[in-house]
Order: sequence, then structure tokens, then C-alpha cells
Amino acid sequence: MTEIAVLPATAHTPARRPPQRGYWRNVLKRFLRDRIGLVCLMVLLAIALAAIFAPLLAPADPYRTSMIRRLIAPGEKGYLLGTDELGRDMLSRLLYGGRVSLSMGIAPIVLSTMIGGGLGVIAGYFGRHINMMIMRVIDVFYAFPSVLLAVAMAGVLGSGILNSLISLTLVFIPPIARVAESVTTQVRNQDFVEAARATGAGSARIIIEHVLANVTGPILTYASSLVSVSIIISSGLSFLGLGASPPTADWGLMLNTLRQAVYVAPVNAVLPGVMIFLTSVSFNLVSDSLRTAMDVRA
Amino acid sequence: MHLYILRRLLYTIPIIIGVSLVCFSFIHLAPGDPINSVLPEQASAEVVAQIKAAYGFDKPLPIQYLKWFSNVLSGDFGLSIMTRRPVLSEVGPAVAHTALLAVSATLLSFLLGTSLGLVAGMTTRRVTDRSVTAFSVVGISLPHYWLGMVMVVIFAVKMRMLPATGMGPAGADLTQFGIEDIKHLLLPAVTLAMIPTGIIARSVRATVAEVRRQDFVQTLKGKGLRRPRMFLHVIKNAAPPAIAIMGLQFAQLLGGSILVETVFSWPGTGFLLNAAISTRDLPLLQGTVIVLATFFVLTNVLVDIVQTLIDPRVRRA
Repeated sequence: MTEIAVLPATAHTPARRPPQRGYWRNVLKRFLRDRIGLVCLMVLLAIALAAIFAPLLAPADPYRTSMIRRLIAPGEKGYLLGTDELGRDMLSRLLYGGRVSLSMGIAPIVLSTMIGGGLGVIAGYFGRHINMMIMRVIDVFYAFPSVLLAVAMAGVLGSGILNSLISLTLVFIPPIARVAESVTTQVRNQDFVEAARATGAGSARIIIEHVLANVTGPILTYASSLVSVSIIISSGLSFLGLGASPPTADWGLMLNTLRQAVYVAPVNAVLPGVMIFLTSVSFNLVSDSLRTAMDVRA
Repeated sequence: MHLYILRRLLYTIPIIIGVSLVCFSFIHLAPGDPINSVLPEQASAEVVAQIKAAYGFDKPLPIQYLKWFSNVLSGDFGLSIMTRRPVLSEVGPAVAHTALLAVSATLLSFLLGTSLGLVAGMTTRRVTDRSVTAFSVVGISLPHYWLGMVMVVIFAVKMRMLPATGMGPAGADLTQFGIEDIKHLLLPAVTLAMIPTGIIARSVRATVAEVRRQDFVQTLKGKGLRRPRMFLHVIKNAAPPAIAIMGLQFAQLLGGSILVETVFSWPGTGFLLNAAISTRDLPLLQGTVIVLATFFVLTNVLVDIVQTLIDPRVRRA
């Protein structure tokens, strides 16, 4: 406060200053101008809300089977989207399926952004040996094709939601850590970090106050672009029988169990994939317009 | 230049050792004792100890690893628990089948992706550009295993044009390749090509658009160069990144075809992985993963080296 007091009074005349808009407000404004991104965000919100309120919206019990009502075509006998191979209502199962499928697509990205982002920032900030140690281990996991690593890990650990969450998180840590490391390395060498260090700030403080403020944007944009891949791979794991276990309603698992029915009731069998596609394409487009709005090139 | 290539090649050694460590750890990450899958439940303690000694599970972990890794280096991946045959003799043909699929898909996606990307990049902001951009977003976002199902419905069930599953009679033997083999290859290859086509189209579009904005293109335009000649200059500058992306996508496809192989019952590494997982055949799983990951690492290095050779500007530290 004392430094401000000695400045001449003319230095602050807040009334004359042009209204200062924060960086994030600018981003929001630019994002709102992008119509495709907005529409996709609405679609995602709708899917998420439908999944959250599935118990209220679903016309039938998603788990009640009926041997005489198997594979009814969409629109017939009061089933808006038909029934599956065990006579369960497709619409209800798709609504409920969003719960597992959406969380299984997003959760790994959230986890790996925290873990991979953290590792990358630490590696980038401290450099030298710490960087060597962290990034060489990351390189090893980067040496597996992503789908292969996910499938092998899930296969070794055994099927189940938790294990597929672990393997997907493992798949996405390396790319996020790499991005975080390279952005942090750039920020670390800038003057304001040097200035902060000169004032006596410790590493933890510099990272939290100065580095994170400048790297979260690019890291989050990059991570958001991975959500669509994560949804496709996690549903793929369920499709292979490595994710959610029956009778759980999950889009990937539904595709798996309906696969045999593809010759008899192609429309029913294909529906869960439409949901996966819709979600992943929306995430892709939202992430694209987010990137444009933040003007980050990755 | 040579120093860079040498360094890049040498760096693959620690990476492959790391990969082997991860694969080795699979046995101990798996729930339950690895020995249980070969033994009946009522086996006596002596038999268990005997089998443990036979498989080397009674030694400390580092010794187990060293023994396993030296075997792997000499091409001995152990015996498959399921078939009792050497893992390598199972993995070999499967890799060939997967490679056939991956190569076809890569070529397809390169042809389609680069031409779409070129058209879009040369006509930025026009209808053609918009539709290509839309197409590539769709390609990237499609769950390809689902696309495979849809294609089976359309081309095999409804139109009865192509076989739904399996591989042609010639296998991966290209000298015997006939019309029947191509028919079998078509659907899985197109399905697998979808994602890389989107990725390649997208990046070619971006590079072409960027090259077109560069000063030298403006100069050429100012000197009155015709469009076709200009096109050549743009292609020359946009080619290196496109080739690099093709290589990287090929590497991803080698290991990422498991889902598509499942849909089409293609007898490749994906099929093998699936079988290994469902029967808990860990040696087979390890062998498949380590072979695929090694191919992946080597392809990536090769792409890096080729890229530095054709365009020295991209050399990295």
C-alpha cells in the first residue's frame, strides 16, 4: 500500500480508465459468438440433464426384461425407441446409459488433467533432473498406442468400471503431461517469474500464483479436446466387455450385447452408437470453439 | 544431422526397456496368482512349488525380469497358456494380418485425407472447405467400431455385396491375393481409415492454408504464376507434415485396430489380445503388447528421421 500512496494522485483516476474486461470474460464473449459451439454445448447439456434426471424421464424400468417383447422396432407397441435383445426399453436404457458413459468419458480426463498436468508443471518448472525423471517415465507410457495401452491395462486388471477408469487415466496422463511441461517451460523463463523470485517468493507460491495462472488455459483446452477420444475409447472398452458389466445400462456395453441382433433389428442395434457419436462430436466442436475463443494454438 | 539421427535411435533403447518393464509388470498387476490359471484348484503344495520353480516364479522380481527380458531379446516370449505353443508363433501371423489391415487403411486415409485437405485448404472459407471440415470432425468423432457395425448392416446385410466378417483365403500372402481377399479387406480397412482420414484432412487443410498465406506465395502470385504451378509450390511445402502425420497414424492403427478387428472377426493382433484377455493368457498378452509397442516406437522414430531428412527445419533438440 505504501508504494501507491507516494504516487501522484493523477496516476489513478478510475473514472477515466477504459472499462477493463478480464481475459476470461473476453473468452466467454468470443465463445458466445460461435454458433456451432453454442449449439453443441446445448446438446451436451441436454444429454447430461437427461442422464441426471433419467429416473424421472425414463418411461420404463431400464432393467426389466421381457422375453416376449424382444427387439421390437422403434415406434411400435408403445416403445418409442424399441426394445433390446432382452426386451428392455431402449429409450430408458439410453437415458440411464448416459450416466455411466458420460462419467466414464469425462472422469478419466479430469483425473489425468490433475495428475498429468501436475507432473508436467512440476517437470517444466523445476527442469533439470526432476524434468528428466518425470518426462522419461512419461515417454515410456507414450510409447504405447493409446487404444492398445487402454485395452491391455483393462484386460490385465480385469473388467469393471473402476479398472477401466484406471487404465483410461493412465492413457491420458502422458499427452497432458507433455503439453503441461512444454507450456510451463515457456512461462518459467519469462520476466514476471524472475521478478516474483526476486521478491523472495518460494517455488510453491510462484507455481500457484504465477505459473498456474498462465498455464491452466492451454492445458484445459488441450484436455477438453481429449474428452471425445476418451468417450470413444471408454465405450470401446465396454464394447469389448472390459468396462461396465451387464446388466448395467452403458452405451458401449449395449452396443456389445446388441451386436448379435444387428441382422434382425439393425436400427435398435445401432442406436447406442448414435448417442456415443453425438456426445463425442459435440465435445469435439465445443472444444474447437473454446480453442478459437481462447486463441490458443495447440 | 547424423548426430541427431544417432541420438534419436539410441534413445529408443531405454524406451524399449521401459516398455518391457511395463509389460513384465502385467503378470503381477493381474489379480490372483499367475500360476492359478494353469493349475487345478486342488493341486497340492508340492505341485504348486514345482510349477512355480518351472516358470521361475520362485525367484525375486528383478531376477525374474532379467531372465524374462533376456529370453524376450532372443525371441523367446514363453509358451501361450491357452495353446501351449510358443507365443511368437502365435503373434507373428497375427501381426502380419494386422499390418495388412493397417497398411491398407493408412494408404486409403492418406489418399482421401490429403486430397480432401488440399481441396479445403485451397478454397478456405468456401462451401468445399466447410464440408471437408465438417467431414473431418465427423471422422474424428465417430466411434469406429460402431461405424463397422453400420457398414456391416448396409453392405453385408442389406445389399449383400461384401462379406460381413473374416479374412480372405489368401491371408496376408500378397502373391495369392485375389478378388475375394479384397472384398474381405474392404469394409474393415475403410472403417479403420475413418479416423486417420479426418485427422489427415484436418492437418493438411491447416498447413495448406498457412502455406498459402506465406510471403513467397504472394510473390509468385504477383509474378503472374498460374494456379496449377502455384499448386505445386504449395504441395511441396505442405507435404512433410502430411507424411509425418501419415506415419504416426499408421503407428496408432497398428496398435489401435483391436476394436475394428473384433467387429469384423479379423484374425489379427486384436483378436489375439481379446483371446488372451478372456482366457487370462498373460504370456500371450505380454508378447502381443510388447511386439506392437516395439513396432510403434520404431515407426515413430522412422517418421522422425524421415521428416528431418526431407525437411531439416523441423529438427528437434
